[in-house]
Amino acid sequence: MATTPNAATPVDFTGNSRSLLRRLTGADEIAHLITLIAAATLLLITVLLVYQLWVLSGEARSRFGWAFFVTKTWDPVAGDFGALPFIYGTLVTSAVALLIAVPLGVGAAIFLAELAPPKLSSSLTFVSDLLAAVPSVIYGLLGVFLLVPLMRTTFQPALKKVLGFLPLFQGPAYGIGFLTAGIVLAIMVVPFVLSVSREVLLAVPRDQREAALALGATKWESTWRVVVPAARIGIFGSVFLALARALGETMAVTMVIGNNPKIAASLFSPGYSIAAVLANEFSEATGNLYLSALIELGLVLFLLTFVLNGLARLLIVITTARGSGVLPT
Amino acid sequence: MRIAKVLGLLAVLLVVATLAIAEGQVLLNAAGATFPYPIYSKWFDMYHQVHSNVQINYQSIGSGGGIRQLLDKTVDFGASDGPMSDEQLKQASVPILHFPTVLGAAIPSYNLPGTQGDLNFTPEALAGIFLGKITKWNDPAITAANPGMKLTGDDIVVVHRSDGSGTSYIWTDYLSKVSPEWQQKVGKGTSVNWPVGLGGKGNEGVSALIQQTPGSLGYVELIYAIQNKLPYGKVKNSSGTFVKADLASVSAAAAAVAKFMPDDFRVSITNPEGKAAYPIASFTWLLIPSKFSDTAKRDVVKDFLKWALTDGQQYAETLSYAKLPKEVVGKEMKAIAQIQ
Repeated sequence: MATTPNAATPVDFTGNSRSLLRRLTGADEIAHLITLIAAATLLLITVLLVYQLWVLSGEARSRFGWAFFVTKTWDPVAGDFGALPFIYGTLVTSAVALLIAVPLGVGAAIFLAELAPPKLSSSLTFVSDLLAAVPSVIYGLLGVFLLVPLMRTTFQPALKKVLGFLPLFQGPAYGIGFLTAGIVLAIMVVPFVLSVSREVLLAVPRDQREAALALGATKWESTWRVVVPAARIGIFGSVFLALARALGETMAVTMVIGNNPKIAASLFSPGYSIAAVLANEFSEATGNLYLSALIELGLVLFLLTFVLNGLARLLIVITTARGSGVLPT
Repeated sequence: MRIAKVLGLLAVLLVVATLAIAEGQVLLNAAGATFPYPIYSKWFDMYHQVHSNVQINYQSIGSGGGIRQLLDKTVDFGASDGPMSDEQLKQASVPILHFPTVLGAAIPSYNLPGTQGDLNFTPEALAGIFLGKITKWNDPAITAANPGMKLTGDDIVVVHRSDGSGTSYIWTDYLSKVSPEWQQKVGKGTSVNWPVGLGGKGNEGVSALIQQTPGSLGYVELIYAIQNKLPYGKVKNSSGTFVKADLASVSAAAAAVAKFMPDDFRVSITNPEGKAAYPIASFTWLLIPSKFSDTAKRDVVKDFLKWALTDGQQYAETLSYAKLPKEVVGKEMKAIAQIQ
């Protein structure tokens, strides 16, 4: 007798459940298998990556333990390594970059999606996509030769005069440092925020806007109070995409951050980031401890990205739950 | 089926033909320091023109990478701006021989708009500046050596290399010799824990930072400074003379040490004796295993070394490398016999 069909036991047209080999001859099942292999390969690569980082950083991990996260020195000659200045630099430059890029990018996306004439919108989006395609080194060169003198002679002294009472804007103005690196990173991640936010805003159904307008809202009120909240999740997604890019950015940062493993409150101070130190010191690193300390830094960066992405997901879940009425607003 | 057979036959013929042509070809792989890359690539190219069956492939991945590849035996020989340490030599399965090839130097470059002529730097001034203890240009340690120069009270912005480099090795080796405080606090290496300063990537990064920052002082490789016409100062050597780095003064530094050269050539020539010697200079070495399993490769390596130490040296000066003094060359030619 034919077994009762359910999702777990596929049946053929005679009602009998099919063996695995029979199942594999169907086009559907083959496609299923190929896509499964593709997804599994991606997962396998990630696991292998983490495994390699873990194994190769073994010497540093056993030597330093948890102290690696809080040690401030980076001394290749004495063999004393600590990740704190690099974690600090990575987080500060990414934070500055997002603080500049998110309002800029989301604002531009709202303009291009809602308020601009269609031709202007598509040509400006094209230009923004070109910006995203520019290699990181070019941004670094532009940073060193254009932005740094501007920061040193005009921008930083002005900030010092106006906001110099804050510890964030004190100290000598070299032109390079956390602030300049943050600005260069902001320019690099704005296209990501812009393009994804614009797509998401355009995807909000027309009825939402029309309903708002029908209820007497102005164009801006309809945009700001109806369309943008509806696209909220996608906009958060674009922000975290930008954050992921900013955390890993190497060449542009190393050219303008000053490459000094220092922790300072001032944004004018030179600093260092994890990606920058890996790019600078990896190829000439002699000695197993030095090399494994650098690889452990790579593992730390991976963990940082993982944790921040996790927080992002959590935030999205909470805002979705709140928005759909599950959680009280 | 027919076509597959024909293609298969053609493929076999092609492979046999390539093998037949490749008979007699010697291919050597090497990797290491970036500093001597221009002269090495010129040498390998010139040597190939003289011996067309020899192909030497050099990857300039850095001294650290070169040493690692040599110890892993993925390359036939390596190149490094700093000699291998005793621990590294212990890790090698066969003893590694060091052969100096050319000389390089590190020079102090600065950005002081409004000063005419070259600044003089004493060892104490350089050590104090890089330790962060001398912070202004009009500090007595600097003005004493530069009477007649108008030096203002501007801050000194120190610039160093952020990447590991042989130039940093030369500079920190010199500072370790002239300043016990530097030796104890920082030490020498291709990468160190710099007390102060901004880091630039490569000679290009350092000179870009110096150009962009008025009042800055950093060190750059001599050849880079010559080719890019960067202003740089004089350094006081151990005899008390202020010497400006050039090919002659760098070769003089090596000649001064030649008498006391150890047999393994692993010597530092910073701060040597000699009135005309420039104090911040160094050899760069080829790291050759003392035993080769492939006799064809061994013979090529020995012949190449003999060529590089004699005919090859004529190309050094055109590329702005200082050539080896003849005492050192003589000693090295004898040492080539150790390669078996």
